[in-house]
Amino acid sequence: MTIERAVSPAQRALAILGDDLTESTLKRYLDGIPGVDAVGLEQRAAALGTRSIKTTSKAWALDRIIELIDLTTLEGADTPGKVRSLVAKAVLPDPSDLSTPQVAAVCVYGDMVPYAVEALGAAHSAGTDEGINVAAVATAFPSGRASLAVKLADTADAVAAGADEIDMVIDRGAFLSGRYGRVFDEIVAVKEACRRDDGSFAHLKVILETGELNTYDNVRRASWLAILAGGDFIKTSTGKVAPAATLPVTLLMLEVVRDWHRLTGEQIGVKPAGGIRSSKDAIKYVVTVAETVGEEWLQPHLFRFGASSLLNDVLLQRQKMKTGHYSGADYVTID
Amino acid sequence: MSFLEYAPAPESTAILDLKPEYGLFIGGEFVAAGGGSFRTISPATEKQIALIANADDADVDRAVAAARKAYDKTWSKLSGRDRGKYLFRIARLVQERARELAVAESLDNGKPIKESRDVDVPLVAAWFFYYAGWADKLDYAGLGANPRALGVAAQVIPWNFPLLMLAWKIAPALAAGNTVVLKPAETTPLTALLFAEILQQADLPAGVVNIITGAGETGRALVNHPDVNKVAFTGSTAVGREIARSTAGSGKKLTLELGGKAANIVFDDAPIDQAVEGIVNGIFFNQGHVCCAGSRLLVQENIHDDVVERLKSRLSTLRVGDPLDKNTDVGAINSAEQLARIRELSDVGEAEGAERWSPACDLPAEGFWFAPTIFTNVSTSHRIAREEIFGPVLSVLTFRTPAEAIAKANNTPYGLSAGIWSDKGSKILAVADKLRAGVVWANTFNRFDPASPFGGYKESGYGREGGRQGLAAYLKGSK
Repeated sequence: MTIERAVSPAQRALAILGDDLTESTLKRYLDGIPGVDAVGLEQRAAALGTRSIKTTSKAWALDRIIELIDLTTLEGADTPGKVRSLVAKAVLPDPSDLSTPQVAAVCVYGDMVPYAVEALGAAHSAGTDEGINVAAVATAFPSGRASLAVKLADTADAVAAGADEIDMVIDRGAFLSGRYGRVFDEIVAVKEACRRDDGSFAHLKVILETGELNTYDNVRRASWLAILAGGDFIKTSTGKVAPAATLPVTLLMLEVVRDWHRLTGEQIGVKPAGGIRSSKDAIKYVVTVAETVGEEWLQPHLFRFGASSLLNDVLLQRQKMKTGHYSGADYVTID
Repeated sequence: MSFLEYAPAPESTAILDLKPEYGLFIGGEFVAAGGGSFRTISPATEKQIALIANADDADVDRAVAAARKAYDKTWSKLSGRDRGKYLFRIARLVQERARELAVAESLDNGKPIKESRDVDVPLVAAWFFYYAGWADKLDYAGLGANPRALGVAAQVIPWNFPLLMLAWKIAPALAAGNTVVLKPAETTPLTALLFAEILQQADLPAGVVNIITGAGETGRALVNHPDVNKVAFTGSTAVGREIARSTAGSGKKLTLELGGKAANIVFDDAPIDQAVEGIVNGIFFNQGHVCCAGSRLLVQENIHDDVVERLKSRLSTLRVGDPLDKNTDVGAINSAEQLARIRELSDVGEAEGAERWSPACDLPAEGFWFAPTIFTNVSTSHRIAREEIFGPVLSVLTFRTPAEAIAKANNTPYGLSAGIWSDKGSKILAVADKLRAGVVWANTFNRFDPASPFGGYKESGYGREGGRQGLAAYLKGSK
């Protein structure tokens, strides 16, 4: 292992680790981060999960959850029609209640970006703060098993087609075998590939695929690594590997983001993805965000849910709060 | 309105079916007392909950006589298996009525409902289940074959965990074959009286458990009663001393579980976020009304500032208020008297030069409240570092080497519990070996299990409760 190899001179890493940025300084830094006690972390997450969110707080949380959703379809069988339908749902989640807010973004495979952009039309944010973003998974999602050139082309392609956000995967094999420099360099390179012609960048979400990292210590190290390399968001999972997002993992990543903010004043986003299907679960995440990093993070540029079926459950809960009785799955659209 | 001001989520008190007035539970029935009555109030509102009977000397006599009769006539003649059946039945009834017991406990004691619901009551059931299993296995209690019960046990319990302390006392006593006269604390008698109803529901033979209410006088009469064979007391060191003196030479077997001033030691290689969580749980759990609370935080000096900063920001998210609200983290102080003591010692801390800090929090106008408080710049000679405050007040001290941490941790007249936070297993074991405390928690704090013995060194008392050792405290060898 060529451990003294220089890693890409990413701005944040230079500021924290100094000018002589090498793989070994990076490794020493990441290995020096305090450990995580699994039992304690899970207890804290479970305790946050027992908060009782009722009435006005619940109504607020449900609306906010919708505004934080990346409405997602990531199937091999996706069609332009399915994407158009997804976009329609993102723009108007509940046709029976026009006060329902819109979701933050739609999340699709790279080749579906043009259809999503087209279907959104005027509803597309297209670089402004208003409207719905298009997020594309890239870098040989979900496995990440491709050459760097292919990953970069994948990314550049999606950005050129109009994607506002790129959800990349890290090379878990390289991470687990201790080649932090390689993971780091890849993130830096993908970030560069997110550059648009006008010099602005598509937002970069870095998927750690926590289900493959095995330990909380690894999740913490990978989170720091992704932030140091320039990620705008750290994201738990692809949704293709079990376990996907869990509350303890998300809590841990929020703690990293909180520590980064304390260190630099900079705000990094967190996106749990996969496995969050009910409003009840989503509210636990909202509580965890508010009590760990503060309510300020409950905004689309700092927190997202990667989910497909969550939206319908939230809509049902919203209807229940308005009318006082439950309807059923037939009263919300399937996509 | 901000999201973090969660909308109220109060647990309903409709589940409670309280009587306006409670008598003494003697011989399986509620009977009137000779000493009049007193009020039990909710510390969160200062409103009266019920009138409670005040037992006088004659009532204590009656209760002990009922226990003696039940011991001679029924309980000592039952097989272990049959005693176990009653204990299992009690455990199940506690589970069935868990919500009711939790609400009553929070109402009378002031502790948050999430603690009475998730900690106190489940542990009560666990204690009865655990000792129910022991009832027919006494040969394995470590005293040889056929150990014998002691007779009548006089038990006096504190107000911090009213129902849980009752379970710690009654479950092993009954499993071992003793009968019981128990006196709950005067400020928190309610759940003991509900428990008496559970005993009626369980058809426990009359007189096996008698519950008498009253203040210090009643407790004194009970432990000094000549026909008592065993005294078990949990409470303050001052009262424990008095009991030790008065029972000396009487032949009564005695266990005392008294005060504490536990050291919670955080090394620089600790899992820092979990350690902060453990510090909070160690001292703010149950408003700090915990004899084994981690009230002295010993932090390695190189991480002191970081830990204190994290602790302060964590404390700012603690929710102080209505104990019956499901989102409350810190409830009411149990009594005006206790509140006065916490205030007094905190003022002394400030006067002695320690730096006091509390998060901004609105305390209710009615009731007894004290904001979570941290003292930094504390020296080992300060009173807040030496005396048990028994409230939500943490003293932060620093150390440089493990040897210094151990010396400081042991430099107390108490020795009930201690905590160690480090990622390094070998360090934890080496330090734990040298701490003079009955319970040492590693990378956690305030965890209880019926199978684990609990008790103190030095002025924290003697004897153990819980586990096989807790059972043996109610038995004697057959020889």
